[in-house]
Amino acid sequence: MAATPKKLGQATTANPKRGLSPAEAAALAARSRHRVLGIVMLGLGLAGLWFFATTVTPGAISRFGLNQGGATAGVVLPELILYTLPTIIVLMAVCLALGGYQLWRGFGRWSTAVLGLAILCFIFGFLTWATADNSINLAGMLKNSLLRAVPLTLGALSGILAERAGVVNIAIEGMMLAAAMTGVIAASATDNLWLGLIVAVLTGGLLALVHGVLSIRYKIDQVISGVVINIFSVGITSFLSAKFLQGTFSDLNNSGTFPTVPIPLLSRLPFIGGIFFETNFFTYAMFFFLIVVHVALFYTRWGLRTRAVGEHPKAADTLGINVFRTRYIAVILSGMMAGLAGAYFTLGSVGRFDEIMTAGRGFISLAAMIFGNWNPFGAFGASLIFGFADALQGRLAILRVPIPSQFLLMAPYIATMIALAGLVGRAAPPAADGQPYDKG
Amino acid sequence: MSTQADQVGQAAVPPPPADAAYKRQRQFSWRTALEAVQVPVLAFITALAVGGFIIVLTDLAVLNAFGVAVGQLTPSGWVGLSVALLVALALVGLYVWFGRAWARARGGTAPTPRQLELGRLAVLLGGVVVVYLILWAAGFGAAFGAAWGAIGTAYGAMLNGSVGSLSDITAALGSGDPAQVREAFYPMLESLVAATPYIFAGLAVAVGFRCGLFNIGVEGQLFIGAIFAVWVGYTFKGLPLIIHLPLALLAGALGGALWALPPAILKAKVGAHEVINTIMMNYIAFRLSDWLLNGPMMRPGNANPVSPNIEPSAELPRFFADPIRLHLGFFIALGVAVFIWWFLFRTTLGFELRTVGANPNAARYAGMSITRNYIIAFALSGALAGLAGANEVLGVNHNLASAFSAGYGFDSIALALLGKSHPFGVVLSALLFGTLRSGGTRMQNVAKIPVDIISVIQALVIVFIAAPAIIRAIWRIRTGKGGADTVFTRGWGKS
Repeated sequence: MAATPKKLGQATTANPKRGLSPAEAAALAARSRHRVLGIVMLGLGLAGLWFFATTVTPGAISRFGLNQGGATAGVVLPELILYTLPTIIVLMAVCLALGGYQLWRGFGRWSTAVLGLAILCFIFGFLTWATADNSINLAGMLKNSLLRAVPLTLGALSGILAERAGVVNIAIEGMMLAAAMTGVIAASATDNLWLGLIVAVLTGGLLALVHGVLSIRYKIDQVISGVVINIFSVGITSFLSAKFLQGTFSDLNNSGTFPTVPIPLLSRLPFIGGIFFETNFFTYAMFFFLIVVHVALFYTRWGLRTRAVGEHPKAADTLGINVFRTRYIAVILSGMMAGLAGAYFTLGSVGRFDEIMTAGRGFISLAAMIFGNWNPFGAFGASLIFGFADALQGRLAILRVPIPSQFLLMAPYIATMIALAGLVGRAAPPAADGQPYDKG
Repeated sequence: MSTQADQVGQAAVPPPPADAAYKRQRQFSWRTALEAVQVPVLAFITALAVGGFIIVLTDLAVLNAFGVAVGQLTPSGWVGLSVALLVALALVGLYVWFGRAWARARGGTAPTPRQLELGRLAVLLGGVVVVYLILWAAGFGAAFGAAWGAIGTAYGAMLNGSVGSLSDITAALGSGDPAQVREAFYPMLESLVAATPYIFAGLAVAVGFRCGLFNIGVEGQLFIGAIFAVWVGYTFKGLPLIIHLPLALLAGALGGALWALPPAILKAKVGAHEVINTIMMNYIAFRLSDWLLNGPMMRPGNANPVSPNIEPSAELPRFFADPIRLHLGFFIALGVAVFIWWFLFRTTLGFELRTVGANPNAARYAGMSITRNYIIAFALSGALAGLAGANEVLGVNHNLASAFSAGYGFDSIALALLGKSHPFGVVLSALLFGTLRSGGTRMQNVAKIPVDIISVIQALVIVFIAAPAIIRAIWRIRTGKGGADTVFTRGWGKS
């Protein structure tokens, strides 16, 4: 096999690993991926040492607040005080050690999680460096990250639901935007936030139905159908907003938001309580759906069928699964999830609609979905990182860090491109993702 | 996987003798030309009609008029309303069961498909007219008048803002006052100015489509092109126009091409889907330009994110005095469109590119390099997008502000689809979109209809073009022969 005749050379240029059986090629790729992961971890550690450790004054101290701002009901924790330089060195050493072990032995199936740990160390090292001789409220910051991760996670779940069934849903952004608007209008008109929420979810479902009809029935390219829904949503919401909500009917654009509901007992836990158990409906809903989607996709008959349709629709069809119906259901559920995510922007956050207020969050949640490898919990982790970057950029100016906030905001996009390229971890979309199914 | 096998299977079947088809294709005939444009034209008309419907539905005065009309209905008016409803129901029934009704009336002979189509179209159009007349007689005349008035004002303002009004032009020509003549021709020429970036951006998307690539990143490439062009424009001083202007344009093209390369390389080398990567590149470009305009490229002594003005030697020359802004860029765009046509359809490179787009497996089998073609197509596409940005900053704005692009990148997708990815189709659609854009601004000012309705119309146009089945179903036209619908994308990751 290795001595492939030269005359085939040009025809096979697209496959540089010619001369290998698929299994061999896969093993080779897996090994090189391992190596790349290890190198990335080593790189993180070295970059941190080189950049953070050398620019810090030796006696500097970083102080982290561990309590939520405002009145805290639970235990009040003292500030976490760290010597900046030793902390950075320890964290980076952890990175280096992880990378070294990855190169030497490899973590096997835990590689991705270990990479997450290394990234976490790096981020915390960065925070320590940024707060040298300064203080930052770590608890508030993490809570802010979590809040910003909520719509991203819900959006990513929306993407996962559709794409696991083989339908690319690039219209999450548009569905979110439309749902954000209808939600706030319904909630303001009826003075009932729950009704607003239902309307928002239904709006997402309706747009998803359109997406489904266009891409499943009419077999339009799914990406184009998604782009159409995005353009349409931006257009119609801006149109209605400029025509009505900004002027004569501004009272329809004032819904209020879901209140913060502390969970008894749990919310009194130090540090964690304030972050996880003292938020509003959307955060709890996110955790709920995270688990529900995971269980439904991987532990139920419905999930198995849905994934089968996404991986190999023809085989699924042969086994008697109705491909079209399965896809319709998945896409509509996906739209409803996007509607929930959209409702967050108005009903969960500011209580009013502004033009193009989602600002590309739908695309970032797609990125989170890819980064999380089409898995709910992976997507949640990616959303947390993206949310953290989002929360951090507001603080950079206060901390007087010499990095323009715009560069921090670029990070999620660059990370996504790297993830999609398969350089870190492994982007494995459902095999039939994006292909219309043609029966017959 | 299965579809890949299918494609290989299709490729393996020997192609039918293409001689006759090829000759037919080369010969121009009005019939085929008409068939080629009928779906786009009907799609556009349908989208305009739906847009008009939205305008009416959101017009409070019109809704009010209908409310008043219902309130003032006389007893005979109520009768008329019920009759209209019944007639409408009956017509819907006739539409659905047209074949059966025809057979009963003709004593058992079923209609031919052609008769069925024509009959249904007649029922549809006739039904609308009849119901409309009954309702009009029943007392909804004023309300209908208000509705037509709203549509008329809106689209009238759009027409005035995009083409100008005939009376103004004749009056101005009669007066012989140059300023007045310029004022009268201003809307028409302004539409051409608005169409210029659309031509470039539409060509960018079209080149991608021809190679089977979906470049959603035109918006970002356009920003980077504008940044490069404006930087060359204000940094070099004292150059003659003949050197400075081409340099700035080339810089714009280079910037766009550079920005398109990462997705192209990722697509070609590891098969990462270009759609998500170009979207990511868009956002990176926005952040980058945001940073540049608030930092290194910010105009000295200014608090707003605006770059310095470019040197006059880098400006695209204008042909008339103010307010007419028509500049050389429009003609450059036309020239580039011709070049792209020549490149795609008259060169080997263009042929390879289109083959890769039509069937990558066949292209690979024929010894063409997919990698190379993807990179060429994306670089060319990015360069065109960069030219769109350069054209705007060098010809119209003369500086770079943070939100200078009014969504050209996304509109251009609609435009390339409307133009069927053919350079000349793109030029025509670009003229149309430029007209819509400059007319929409006027519509917003005069008729108080937010310009965003244009986006809605554009979205509808894409739907109808991408799913010709819908348009064919609405207008009851038959499927054209050989109407092979292009496959644009093939899944996310590895393809």
